[in-house]
This record gives sequence, C-alpha cells and structure tokens, in this order.
Amino acid sequence: VTDQDLALAAAGGDGQAFASLLDRHYDRLFAFCFRVTGRREEAEDLTQDICAALPAKLAGFRGDAKVTTWLYRVAMNAAHDRRRRQATYVKASDGWGDWETNRTAVNAETAAQLDWLTQAMTQLTPDLRDTLALVLDDMTHADAAQVLGVSEGTISWRISEAKKALKALKEKEDVA
Amino acid sequence: MSDDLDDLKSAFGAATPAPDAARRAENLALAQKNFEALQGSRDTARPTPVTAPNGLWTGFKNMLTSMTSRGALTATTALVACGFLLLTDTGQGLWQEGDFATDFGADLTAQVNNEVGSSSAAETTRPPELQPQVTFAPPASAEPSGSVDDFALNQNGFTEDLFFGDVRQQDRSWVSAGDLEADSLDQVLRGDPSFDDSAVTARRQSTPAPAAPRVAQSEEPPSVAEALSDDSQFYWEGNLSTGESQATGNGLEAGAYFEITVDEPVVMLEAIPSAAPQTPNTEAFANEAPASLKITQETPVSTFSIDVDTASYSVMRSSITRGILPQPDQVRIEELINYFPYDYPAPDAGEAPFRPTVSTMQTPWNADTQLVHIAIQGQMPSIDDRPPLNLVFLIDTSGSMNQPNKLPLLKQSFRLMLGQLRPEDQVAIVAYAGSAGQVLAPTPASDQASIINALNGLAAGGGTNGQGGLQQAYAIADQMAEEGEVSRVILATDGDFNVGINNPEALKDFIADKRDTGTYLSVLGFGRGNLDDATMQALAQNGNGQAAYIDTLTEAQKVLVDQLTGALFPIAGDVKIQVEWNPAEVAEYRLIGYETRALAREDFNNDKVDAGELGAGHSVTAIYEVTPVGSPAQLSDPLRYAPAQVAESTGEMGFLKLRYKDPGATDSQLLTTPIVPSQGASSDATFAVAIAGFGQLLRDDRFLREWGYAELIALANANRGDDPFGYRTEAVQLMRLAQSLAGDHTPSEISR
Repeated sequence: VTDQDLALAAAGGDGQAFASLLDRHYDRLFAFCFRVTGRREEAEDLTQDICAALPAKLAGFRGDAKVTTWLYRVAMNAAHDRRRRQATYVKASDGWGDWETNRTAVNAETAAQLDWLTQAMTQLTPDLRDTLALVLDDMTHADAAQVLGVSEGTISWRISEAKKALKALKEKEDVA
Repeated sequence: MSDDLDDLKSAFGAATPAPDAARRAENLALAQKNFEALQGSRDTARPTPVTAPNGLWTGFKNMLTSMTSRGALTATTALVACGFLLLTDTGQGLWQEGDFATDFGADLTAQVNNEVGSSSAAETTRPPELQPQVTFAPPASAEPSGSVDDFALNQNGFTEDLFFGDVRQQDRSWVSAGDLEADSLDQVLRGDPSFDDSAVTARRQSTPAPAAPRVAQSEEPPSVAEALSDDSQFYWEGNLSTGESQATGNGLEAGAYFEITVDEPVVMLEAIPSAAPQTPNTEAFANEAPASLKITQETPVSTFSIDVDTASYSVMRSSITRGILPQPDQVRIEELINYFPYDYPAPDAGEAPFRPTVSTMQTPWNADTQLVHIAIQGQMPSIDDRPPLNLVFLIDTSGSMNQPNKLPLLKQSFRLMLGQLRPEDQVAIVAYAGSAGQVLAPTPASDQASIINALNGLAAGGGTNGQGGLQQAYAIADQMAEEGEVSRVILATDGDFNVGINNPEALKDFIADKRDTGTYLSVLGFGRGNLDDATMQALAQNGNGQAAYIDTLTEAQKVLVDQLTGALFPIAGDVKIQVEWNPAEVAEYRLIGYETRALAREDFNNDKVDAGELGAGHSVTAIYEVTPVGSPAQLSDPLRYAPAQVAESTGEMGFLKLRYKDPGATDSQLLTTPIVPSQGASSDATFAVAIAGFGQLLRDDRFLREWGYAELIALANANRGDDPFGYRTEAVQLMRLAQSLAGDHTPSEISR
C-alpha cells in the first residue's frame, strides 16, 4: 500500500489506514522536528502538536501533493505556530544554546560534532534552518519549495546562503 | 561546497535522538483519538473573533449581534450615549475637545440656516482596541426642526444599516458633518458608489469565514497576522442618526470593529468524510452450489422442502441499493421468488390446507426448453377466530446491534407489530447480550405501554450469547403455552452469535430439540456487516420457522404487519415436494433454486425428516426448467452402451407428490397430481419466472444464454399485474439498478 492510498483512505475516514500512515512516518517526523527545534523535549512536544492536528488536516488531503510533502507542510506549519507561541524565536534559538547542557551523555567524538552543529545552526536564520531541516531529509528543492510555499529558486538561494554561512564558520574554526 | 551540507547531515544523523517510545505511543493514541472524534459530522464552523475578549467592547458587540431587535438596541444605546455626552460634564468634555469637534463646530456654523444639521463621523482608521465611538453633533439649534421633531426620526431615519466593509474601505464612510439633512444622510451613504447595496450584500455573504475546526490543543496560538485574509476582516458599523426634540439633528454613529481571524487556510473544511469507518465484514451466507442439470434417465426424482423465507431478497435489495451487486452466495433464488405475494388459486374449504397448481410455459431464455411452474397456495383461515398468540421477543442486544439499522429499526418494527396483536395475545421480551435476561414478563398485548417501555429500554452492548437467550426464550414460551394457543419465539438478531453455541450445525441440534415442544421460531435478521445468514438459516430451517431479513421499516411492515398472519400461524408443517419426471417426455430437468432445501429421495416418506412450514396464506413457487425429449437444447448426449429404455409415453411430463403434516400432527399426508403440459401461464406465474431469471443473472447465468437484464426488465414489467403494495415495481427498479451495476459484464463475471 502506498502512502498515497493510505492517506486517501484515511481522509475518507479509515482509522486503520490513518494509524498505519502515522506509524510509518512518526520517526521521520520526529527527526524533522528535532532538526527544526534542536531540542529533544521540544521535538517531542512539536511531534505531539502535529499528531493532534493531523486528523483535521488530513480531511483536506486531496492527493494532489506527495504525502511526504504534505506531511512536512503540516509539520512546518505546526513548527511555525509553536515558535510563534513561544513569543519570540529568540527563545527558540536559545534552544540551541540549552542544548549544550543536554548533551552530556554522548561521547566525545560526537560531542565535538555537536558543538559544531550547535554553533552552525545557531548562526543561521530561522528561514535557513527550516530549509535545511527539509533538504537534509533528502528532499528535493522543488519539494521543499512546495512545503515552505516559496519558489524553488528561493530554496536554492537559501541553501547556498546556508553553505556560505557554514563555510565561513569552518574557516573561522580553521583559523582558530 | 556540498561537503558542508554533508557534514551537517551526518552531524544531525548522530545528534538526532530516537523518539521516546512512551511519548510516541501517547502521541499516536492522541492522533487516533482526534481522528475518531473528527469522523462524526462536524458542526459548521462559525466566525469567531480570535482576539482576546475585550471586556466592555465584547459585551456591546454581543448585545448588538446576538440579541434581538438590533435596531432598538442600537437606538437605546445611542440614546444613553447621547445623554451621557450631552448631559454630563465628562461627556461634554469629551466632545468639546479635539479636532473633530472644532471642525464640526465650524461646519455647523455655516449650516446654521439649514433646518437640520446632521453629522456622522468616523475615524479613518479604527484600531480594534478602541471603545465604540459615539460621536455626535452639538445641538444645532434651539428650535425643533420641522422635519425632524421627535426623538427618533423613524426607523428609516435612524438607519439600522449595517455597513460591511474592510478597513481600507473606511474612508468613504466619512461624511462631513452638517452637510446633510438627517433624512438624506442614509441615502447619501447608500448612494456612495463604493458602498452600494450589492457590495454590502456580497460582503455579508463572504464575511463569515469559517474558522478551522479546533482539534488541536486548546492552547492554539492567538490570531496570526499572516493568516488574515481580506474576507476574514470586516468592519461593522451601526450607522444611525437620531435626534431629540431639544437636540434636533444630532447624528451619531456607533461603530463596531470585528476581526475574524482564521488560524489556518480553510481548505480542510471542504472535506467531510462520508465513508463510515471500515469495520471488518464478517458476514456469512448459507448456500450450496447452483443446482446442476439432471438427466431424467439417471435421476428421475427430485425432492426438496418448501422454503418460505424471504431473507435473501432483502439482503439482495440492501446490497443493490448500496450500489453493490450481491455475492452469488447471498442469492437464494427460491427466496427471491417467494418474497412476492402471488394470487394463485386457493384451496376450497374442506380440502387440504393448500392447493398445488402446475403450469408449463415457454422458457424466456431458451426457445427449446419448457418451464414447469409449481405453485402452492396456502389457505387463509378466517383471522377473526384465530387462536391466541404467545410471543416471546428474543432480542439481540449485543454490541454489534448498536447501529441505526439494527436495534433502533428492530424497536420500530416491533412497535408496528404490536398494533396487529389482540388483547388476549401475550408478549414477553428476553434480551440477550453477554448474558440472557427477561426484560418483560409475559404481558397481555393490551398493555402496550409496558411493552413499548420495555422495548425502548433496550440498549446494545456486550457479546452475543445467542444460545443462552434461546434457552430462556423457549423456557418462557413453555410457561406461556396453554391448550389451543400458538407459541412462537421471534428472534431478532444480526446473527452474530459469539458466545455459547455459535456453530450453525450445533445450533441446529439444539433447535431441533426445542422444535418438538411445539414452539415455532421466526428469525428476523437486521443490519449488514456481520450478518450471519448461515446461522439464521440454520435456526429458521430447523426451528419450524421462517427467516426474514429486515433492512427497512417498509420491509418490517411487510413481514410484521401485512403478512403477520402468515408469519405467525402455520397451516401445514414439514411440507415436502417430490417430482418424478417421465423420461419419455423430459430428457433433462433443472430445479431453479432450493439448493439449500434439497432432500434425499428417501426422506420424502420419512416423517422424521424436518422440512419447511407453510403459514396461513403463504404461497410457495418452485420452477423447473425441463428439456423435452428430442429438443435441440438437450445438453447431454445419449449413452452408447446403455440405451434409454423409455416407457410408453403417457402425455404426462411428470408426477408431483406433496407431503405435509397438519400443525402439531406427527403423521404426514400425501397429495399427488400429474404434471401435464398446460396452455400458457398466468402473469403471476410469469412474474415468478422473471424473478427466477433475475436470481440466475445475479447468481449463475450459465443457462441463460443471451438473455440479459434488458429482456428481464421487459418480462417483469409486462407481468407486474396489480401490485397493490409496490413490491414488484420495486423489484423492477432493483433490476434496473443491477443492470447498471453490472455494466457490460454479466454479474457472475464480476463476482469471480
């Protein structure tokens, strides 16, 4: 059964189909939420938001977009809502700072990588982070553009901006 | 360059934690719960101001919008506001300060010669948090105006107009104070090109932007600027001009600002799930392979029991009206045929309780074969002196009955039936779910209130202990039984017995024991989805009963009201039919339907072998298709080594024998009649043949050749006869539906 079939059946009221569709995508959704929020608890909560809102959104699923694209759009909107609810995105980006304290369990090697990741992600604007969160999940620029509701060119531009920022960061590291 | 991204990706890969399993389960459950909650029909979304309620303002708005007589409220509010502004120092302070009042005053001076000065003012922008603005002009003149001299101008004058426009359109609602006479203010406002009525109407219609259904958590974010669309914002003005005798020509305007914010695009509301959640279909149908052609030389005798059930027809109807052709196994052709009342010749008084009539006719679907139509018409005893009835309603209240077309329909059906009972009849009710229980002790039918109360009190839930219910029902029926009365258990169920005996074979034995107590059993099937037709058949066939399937209240009326007498009063028991075909006349024969009722040849004379009951006024039809000797339609080749030894032809095609028992008797009686070719058949018989053709189209059309739905519909239409209840008309409609459903394919091809 394809995602498409499941989603359409679920949109028609098939609870079984809905359950298996969500089960199929939960982990991927969670990983995405993590990339967007940068904190585990935040990601859990965001995933919960998405799960809660998904049934209502599903009723509007027509099958004209790919299921994953549609799902990410729902997830992205939920992430934006959540961010807004947290008054300012400054607080959201603080998450990347807090993260520092939460990573004690991971080993030293990844720790270094995490430091870099934290640093890198903190440097990016929310737009760039959202875009990266999608593209890093092997989404094409076209799909990411559909999710974010911008043109494909904007995505490509953002990616190159992100790369520039990362490169600058790397150079700074190398110098240091 | 892409190295950076790859780095980032691998970093994320390492950093992303696995989702918490407990949270995962919790979230999935939450999603599922919300999903279920959404499956009901949704309330129409209503426009809701999402901005936080703003104390006084909200109250004012509610008052204007939700209370009746908006105009009066607006007027009185305005009046109070006027009073406040005019008569109190604070109020005067308010309007005497500020640019507006100054401008207004200047304008007013210029207009002093006009009889009436009226003003209306609106801010060009009006932030939502502003309190309602009530502005007005100072007293224009001490003299009352001739044209505007009482308090309110009149209903037209203090216009109750509600202007809908969005914020950007507001500037045009500015009306220079004092430029207008109060009477014309309204027209001027209306006359404003950007503000015509049609625009107002259009906007009114478009404004109630539905808010998205609120299923997410309650801490939904407040309004979001980006989600605002033009339509989701509108401006409401209660524009009125009024005056008082001592303050003639004061215009005042009350404005209200509504913001309707939609959380998210509205698209999803368009879809209202129509399909009910799929539940596993556990229907089981009893049927045997379609009867095959018999060669008279080899098996000249055909034996079967009559069948007065009608369940298969209703099941077929419920399938077709839902847009699905019935499964071949759901179709029992004899039940389709016997669904209809026929006007066959009834027996005369003093004869056997029923009369067989045999006619032959040309087969509609095969020019080279003949149909032998055997009709049995039961007598209709006088209803007035019928014996009292003891009825035990045995009602399945298991969880599976909790559907609109099951328990609720059942209650309605029984209520219909109560009207047919006599005061001396008795009714008891046993309900069974996980356990069986007597709901109503034997009660005279005259006490309808108690019976209806007991019926209404039934609620569905739990498993289905059909066996326990049957035991109790039979026990109560035994208690109620008195000499000369007829006891009957009426089982109403979806057939889904899942507690106790649930195997049709074991139930048969159980019921067969009970049948000897003289209590009859009727089985009424309800609902689809887990209809256990096999169990119902097993019960009815072995319990001296009749099975009907009730899918609509109309069907309930047919079974429980129109044909109640036949359903409740048996006139003959264990009616068996045996036909011996004459090999000299008939080369091959085929019984249409009755596959589940076939009996062994020797069972015919064995009175121990159970068979079907015939109710008062019932008619039963059996149709054979026979191939005359020498007909080109003969399908089997003659044997080479055992040539047929044919008796001298007597002109008889066959010999019909019927056995039956009088109700309650143990010994059977025999009726015989030869089958001879007759000239033509009644239109009643022809209609039965059409239904037989319909059944074959639905089940197995291999004998029908090119004959299809078009021919069927023509044949049925031509022989509908009187049809006072419309049953036959309905059948033709079903045929037409089936024709469309079958499309270009024959149904048997579709179902395989």
